[in-house]
Parts: sequence; structure tokens; C-alpha cells
Amino acid sequence: MRNPQLDSNGGLRHLLTLDGLPREILTAILDTAAPLTEVAEREVKKLPVLRGKSVFNLFFENSTRTRTTFEIAAKRLSADVVNLNVSTSSTAKGESLLDTVDNLCAMQADMFVVRHAASGAPFLIAQHLIANGRNDIHVVNAGDGRHAHPTQGLLDMYTIRHFKGDFTRLVVAIVGDVLHSRVARSQIAALKTLGVPEIRVIGPKTLLPSGLEAWGVRVFHDMDAGLKDVDVIMMLRLQNERMNGALLPTPQEFYKVWGLTAEKLARARPDAIVMHPGPMNRGVEIDSAVADGAQAVILNQVTFGIAVRMAVMSMLAA
Amino acid sequence: MQLPDADTLLETLIAQMRPHVTSKTALVGIRTGGVWLAERLHAALGLDGPIGSVDVSFYRDDLGARGLPPNPQRTDIPFDVEDAHIVIVDDVLYTGRTVRAALNELFDYGRPACVELAVLVDRGGRELPIAARYCAHTLPQPLPASQTLELSRDETGALSLRLIDA
Repeated sequence: MRNPQLDSNGGLRHLLTLDGLPREILTAILDTAAPLTEVAEREVKKLPVLRGKSVFNLFFENSTRTRTTFEIAAKRLSADVVNLNVSTSSTAKGESLLDTVDNLCAMQADMFVVRHAASGAPFLIAQHLIANGRNDIHVVNAGDGRHAHPTQGLLDMYTIRHFKGDFTRLVVAIVGDVLHSRVARSQIAALKTLGVPEIRVIGPKTLLPSGLEAWGVRVFHDMDAGLKDVDVIMMLRLQNERMNGALLPTPQEFYKVWGLTAEKLARARPDAIVMHPGPMNRGVEIDSAVADGAQAVILNQVTFGIAVRMAVMSMLAA
Repeated sequence: MQLPDADTLLETLIAQMRPHVTSKTALVGIRTGGVWLAERLHAALGLDGPIGSVDVSFYRDDLGARGLPPNPQRTDIPFDVEDAHIVIVDDVLYTGRTVRAALNELFDYGRPACVELAVLVDRGGRELPIAARYCAHTLPQPLPASQTLELSRDETGALSLRLIDA
């Protein structure tokens, strides 16, 4: 079957996952995002790319940063943005996901930005649209279950390229709760596609998926060894709300062993950058001195996130 | 068709512009050929103001039909557009749609006092009410739509016009 993300000419129709997305498209998104960072400095912070289009933010799961940056991105492209607080609307009354989608299509939606707790929900919507011949409507996955968070992965790649340039000479470490993390899955897929030679994953055995080595990464259960001489440290949020069962003793204990402190950061290269997808648990996975330190690029990630989401939406709708 | 020499045309353009530019004139080149020309004009006319460059990719009126052009570049307007005297510079004037896009983009930075247009070649085929105040050469016959006329620059920085058949 053809990749449902791509149209018959190999162009981007939906953005569902970075896994299997061709390198040319990944690079084209980063290239398109670069000039878009400048729009924020204008008197009129708007481009006419999505003028007259309607973007529906369908968030079946809470989010502040992602929903807000998608909204800003769509508005900077001159789209009309409708935010649906789905938890208090028709879904709560029993309407199915695809019925909700059909109703919004009847309201002339041009794009859906979807976050859902169930892995595969955006894929289901995209398939439904394709089956109905609605090739003019686009789906952007804003995070589904443990599966993927492609725009986060893309903005992380943009941030790495901005600070480090060439991907093919980097050692990148992903640290923490990989088990529950859709962000880590998108990051690993993109890093591999872009040719990063060494990807390390560091965390306790209970928070790393089994068979992780098969993803083409080096697995470490020791911060000192794992962080040695890395160029990029990508911290993950400890996802307490997704935990069931005794995966770790206490957040304090997690911090003691896996929290990124200045001392542990010193194991990395002196010019290493520290990233975090947010929201941060200070004193759990990262120390405040590191989060606010000179090597942190966490707020840059947020700013770049707007340009990257503008690039994705421009390429989908144009 | 014999294409005119780009350097000769540039001299003509400089001569046309010289009596009218002032220290307040700001040049804005349209990527990519227009930026090369703006740099040469800036030096030849001895202008003080900074040079701007626009990439109109996100302002095109055919995005729906043709998609976003690959690898768009940053638009860079390093001066205050409000009340500025601006000359937009491009290599070839054709339908006028690129100039329309550039005007829209400029106005998102402020309200200029005036905007003029300088081009090396007018190839005919206008689809919008747009005219160049400074134009070094107008082709005697409009070129057919199947042909592309553009400025190219070699590694030594020398400019030349190229005609490409689709």
C-alpha cells in the first residue's frame, strides 16, 4: 500500500508519523521552516498562504504548548482557526470520532490538527478522508498515544540543525521515560532518516521498551557512560499520568539517578546542547540550574516549533 | 534570438536611475536575480542605505495550483519600511505577478512613502497593471509562455541573460 501521508506525486498530503517519511520531505520541511522564523519580526506577522482556509484543532487530550503553537502557526498563515474542546463536546455525548470528522467536513474544514490518547487516531481519520475521496482535506498528527508526535520531532531536528549543523557527525542521547514517549519515537525515526551515526537511549529498564536495540540505537542504563562525549541531550518528560504499576519508586529517587544535573551534564561535550519537549518537571528529570543554564535551548525549541508547524501546514495546503 | 549583454543593460539601468536616486533610496531585490542586480546597483550608484531582499514564495497567487516552491529563502528587510523611498529590483518583468507579491510582502513591514520598479528586461506578457519606471531593455516581441528568460551569475560574479525552452 502507498504511504498514506503522500499523494500520488510523492508530495506531503498528511503528516502522521516521521517513521518512513522520505529524507527529501523531511529536509524540505526544515528548509521551508527556516525563512518562516523571520515572520515574527515583522510589523504584520502574517503570510497569506492559508487565507480563506479553516483549520480545526481537534484535541482529545490536553495540551497547552502544542495547541497554542499550532494555533499561532495557522493564524500567522492567515487561516481561520477553530479550537474544539472535544472533551466537553459531542464526543462526551457519545458521537464517534469519524462522525465528528464528517460533521466538521460538512462545515468546510480544510485541515485537522489532531491529538488523541489512542495511537493511530489521526491515521484513522486520514484513511477515512482518503476512502471518501476527500483529498483536499489534510490531517496533522499533534500527538497520538505512544505512537508519534511528528511536529515535535521536526522542531527538535530543526533545533539540532540550527545549533549543530551537520547531522552526520553527531552523537545524540535521548534520556528518560522512552516507554511512554511518542516524542522519543518520532525523534529516533527522524534522527535515523537524517543520518545521525550514533543515537543513544538512556533510562531505567522499567521505562525503556523491550527490544529497543532493534530500533538501531545504543541502550545505556547508566547516565555517566551514556552521556559521555555526546553533542545533543534530549530529555524526556517523566509521564506520571501514563504510569500504571510500580515502574519506578518515587520521583525523588528518579531524579537522583536519572535527573540531568550540572554534574552529569559535564560528561557531555562542553558545547553540548540540552533539549526538552516540555512541560518540564524541574527536580524530576532536569535540574533547574541546567534547564535555565547556558547550554539549554528549550525555549528556542518552542519558538522554532511555530515556524516548523507553519512549514508543515504550508506544504500540506499549498 | 540574440540576447542583449547583461552588463551593457546594467549600465543603461544605472544611467536611468542615477538622476532620480537620493541618499534616502532603499533598494529591495527580488530573489534571486533581483538581489544580484540590487547589489551591483547599490555599489554603482553609491547608495548608503541597506539592501533588502524578498523571496515571494509565500505570497504567490498560484500556491493552490502549483504548490509551494522548494527551498524558499528568508526575506530580509534591514530598514524601516515606514515612509521609505523604495526601488524594487528584478531581472525580468513578465506577468507582473511577482511584483504584485513583492508589493504585498513589503506592505506587511510598513507603509512606504513610494515604491518604484527597476528591471533589466521587459519581456512583455503583462497580466496585471504594473509598469517599471526604470527598464533597460524591452523585447520587440513578447516571448511565448513556453520560454523562460532569466539572469544567471557564474562563479566569477559575471551576469548574463539565458533563454530556456520548456
